Amino acid sequence: MRSAHRRPDIVVAAISQGGLVMPQQSAATLASQQKTTSLRPAGTLYRGREGMWSWVLHRITGVAIFFFLLVHILDTALVRVSPEAYNGVISSYQTPIMGLGETALVAAIVFHAFNGIRIILIDFWNAKYQKVMFYVVIGLWVVTMLGFVPRHLYNVFNK
Amino acid sequence: MTSTIDAPRSPYSRSPQKRGVNWEKWGWIYMRVSGVVLVVLIFGHLFVNLMIGKGVDALNFAFVAGKLANPFWQTWDVLMLWLALIHGGNGMRTLVNDYATTQLTRGILKSSILAAVVILIVLGTLVIYTFDACPAGSPANLLPSFCSAN
Ligand code: HEM
Repeated sequence: MRSAHRRPDIVVAAISQGGLVMPQQSAATLASQQKTTSLRPAGTLYRGREGMWSWVLHRITGVAIFFFLLVHILDTALVRVSPEAYNGVISSYQTPIMGLGETALVAAIVFHAFNGIRIILIDFWNAKYQKVMFYVVIGLWVVTMLGFVPRHLYNVFNK
Repeated sequence: MTSTIDAPRSPYSRSPQKRGVNWEKWGWIYMRVSGVVLVVLIFGHLFVNLMIGKGVDALNFAFVAGKLANPFWQTWDVLMLWLALIHGGNGMRTLVNDYATTQLTRGILKSSILAAVVILIVLGTLVIYTFDACPAGSPANLLPSFCSAN
């Protein structure tokens, strides 16, 4: 089963039961207790729509950043080898293709960071506003990217 | 994988003494605490390296050496290194728990994640603290300007 501790719907329920415990029940259990003929499961944040897509994006961006970080530490470690070694690999990054890659990476990090704050607010504050907060995350992401992308692409394409 | 699911609100089957430290809980808390700190560290890192001056275009040994010669940036980078690797490694562990189904693949994947995190933390920390901004015998034009001052 999916680990339950990343599902604020369940965590919130757990907190109301007296503390940060991690119950092992699944969303299906919750849904099956509903006395309704509706096909949409109630009491879940993470199935369908904003809640699910924010989770999917959070996961994909988290993994992407992790693999980037592995490489990034290795290339930065070259400063300990020699100035020539470090400059060699960095200048191979200073190309238009890599510049676009950096743009995608920053886009991923900014989303993960803002949505991470949203997750924390859902867990410690209120799950009621999760949808609204998702659109706030998108809005802040757009604003941040508008600040970053033109400047970055200018640096990349104007040598 | 099958697992028996307790009814909601049923008490723990094991007594508190036998349960020991709830590592999953501390991992859960760690993801959130480190996340908040990482926002500041990573946004600052990206701003200083990519936004100020000529951005990526200005990155080279002299720039990085100038930063790493400063205890402020050393501390910044070492914090970011440890927090981000452990956060990312623990997040990857969650994915393995969710998607890898056999004991063998789970073991291999989790050990690989642990090995990568430990090796890179050790490597990165050593680089930050044993780093020489003015290595002897390197051409002066590749070094930060303060190297030629003495
Ligand atoms: C910029 C600041 C960051 C914030 C605010 C943040 C926040 C979070 C939060 C709150 C979670 C959810 C943890 C849970 O559900 O238990 C998470 C998961 C994760 N994070 Fe981050 N994070 C940040 C940076 C990073 C970095 C730098 C990496 C990579 C090295 C990373 C990789 C991951 C991964 C792989 C997951 C697991 C995703 C999942 O379980 O679906 N995060 N992050």
